Amino acid sequence: MTALRRYPVLLALVIGALFMVLPFLIVTVNAVKSPAEYSANGPLSLPEGVYLDGLKDFWERVDFGQKLVNSMLISGSVALGAVILSVLNAYAIGIGRIKGRTWVLAFFVLANMLPQEALVYPVYYLSKEAGLYDTRLSVIIVFTVIQAAFGTYLLASVLGQFPREIIEAARIDGANKWQVLWRIVVPVSRPTIGVLLVFFFIWTWNEFLLPLVMLISNDNQTVSVALGVLQGQRLMDATMTNAAALLGVLPAIVFFLVFQRTLTRGIAVGAVK
Amino acid sequence: MTFTVDERGGRRSAVVEARHQSKGTKNNRPPRDSYALFLLPGALAFLVIVVVPFLMNTGVSFTEWQGVGSPKWTGLANYRELMDDAEFWASFRHSLFMVVSMAVVPTVLGLVLAAALFDFVGKHFGSRIAAVLRACFYLPQVLPIAVAGIVWSWILAPENGSLNELLKAVGLGGLQQDWLGDPDLALYSVMGVMVWVQLGFPLVIFMAGLQRVDPQLYEAAELDGAGWWRRFWHVTLPQIRPEIYVVLLWCTIAALKVFGAVYVLTKGGPGGATDVPSYFSFTTFFEKTQVGYGAAISTVLTVIVLLLAVVGLKLQTRAEDAEQGVVR
Repeated sequence: MTALRRYPVLLALVIGALFMVLPFLIVTVNAVKSPAEYSANGPLSLPEGVYLDGLKDFWERVDFGQKLVNSMLISGSVALGAVILSVLNAYAIGIGRIKGRTWVLAFFVLANMLPQEALVYPVYYLSKEAGLYDTRLSVIIVFTVIQAAFGTYLLASVLGQFPREIIEAARIDGANKWQVLWRIVVPVSRPTIGVLLVFFFIWTWNEFLLPLVMLISNDNQTVSVALGVLQGQRLMDATMTNAAALLGVLPAIVFFLVFQRTLTRGIAVGAVK
Repeated sequence: MTFTVDERGGRRSAVVEARHQSKGTKNNRPPRDSYALFLLPGALAFLVIVVVPFLMNTGVSFTEWQGVGSPKWTGLANYRELMDDAEFWASFRHSLFMVVSMAVVPTVLGLVLAAALFDFVGKHFGSRIAAVLRACFYLPQVLPIAVAGIVWSWILAPENGSLNELLKAVGLGGLQQDWLGDPDLALYSVMGVMVWVQLGFPLVIFMAGLQRVDPQLYEAAELDGAGWWRRFWHVTLPQIRPEIYVVLLWCTIAALKVFGAVYVLTKGGPGGATDVPSYFSFTTFFEKTQVGYGAAISTVLTVIVLLLAVVGLKLQTRAEDAEQGVVR
């Protein structure tokens, strides 16, 4: 194929990619404009200078630092807890080959596909009864279990292919099942476990419905819920909206850049099954 | 999916067992069911967090309940009411639109883009450029849906919205619209946003899938004089069929469950034009406090999702088995 015919295709793809990132660019540009500049020049002009007061105002107004801490705490705990739960489940299913494992696995898959709407009211009600309503712990517990459903499914199929010779050898050397799990299975499956940690963290960070229902007080809200609720009330002016959007976008982009390799590897693992 | 895993697992374990028997190590193997202990914490947690609430929800769907006091048993009354509820049917019709914008369009576009990036850009311009472009397309996927909603509702705003300003700037001011506020347009605007959100997922999965395709297949097709489209049709598509099944199934289920985007972009409005079952059940639970009716909506949604999942997984398994039958 000649270069003349190659470049239009590349150009089309680059334009498509630009279109995908354009909203991010527009938001960034407008988040650093002053309200006066915004109303004078509109959303499409380039900023004349860098005006950070909008970001600072928004940060203080919604106590964004606290929201970040909440999101980190919740997503981090869920990632860790769900991985541990997934490893234990998958060990029994993939390596232990317990009786009826097809059904157990099918159950976990379906539990993961269940719409959260079918759980939300009972969870809301039960957490009130248990005195856990509007606590970060309630969200951590629920998502640990929901994410572990996916983790169990993925990890069980990975562990199903685990070389049995290694396990047999360790057993003959006198290791018990617990030791085999922590000294052999977990270290060998570290790549998959890493992928799960990253996915659980990001998925939980982005969750909306359950945190919206469960975390009503300002001090407990996550980044996603705080921004979504503000948007829903339409209390914000344009500059504030952009400040909010930029502050919401930044953590996601940081994860993306830090974990890009893990993410693509994880998608590869997940897709092949 | 589950059935394949087991069938394969079953076959494999039979082979492994046979091997072990021939080595005479069978007696050293522990009885398998002692592993069930490891499943105990997971099983208990699931019972409390998923099974019990799900059963409660189903139970409540047969009652009339305001969330306080004791529920009144009404049998199938809620379901009968649903059948005649225009709002309910509208929300499910909108779900089909969501399936188009979150599963069908992203899968088709994702296939073409993945093939173009892998087979064309990767080959002629280097894998680094392909990776950068892939990252651009994937970026919206890592964004919390609430943030995507903020960004887009500002871009689509009627006054001073970037899209309208852009149209004016290029001399198409006549096309300016109240993208999210016009009942005839809002659903399509939301669909557009969902395509933007969703596209990266199939793209990345398909590109990962293409990596395991034997490059010789492409070379052979090229030598035979097949153009890009023919290679796409006869090599790419058949080779990544398993990924296509997985993506279509997962995206369709995600589309049926979509909530955050509707909450943040339109709150189901204007006038219910973008209402979807999940948002409908949410408002019925928490705004109208008709808990029994809300539970009935979410139960119907659950049945549809689970039916789809089971049928989808079966179809996928059958297709994979058929394919393996041909190859082997």
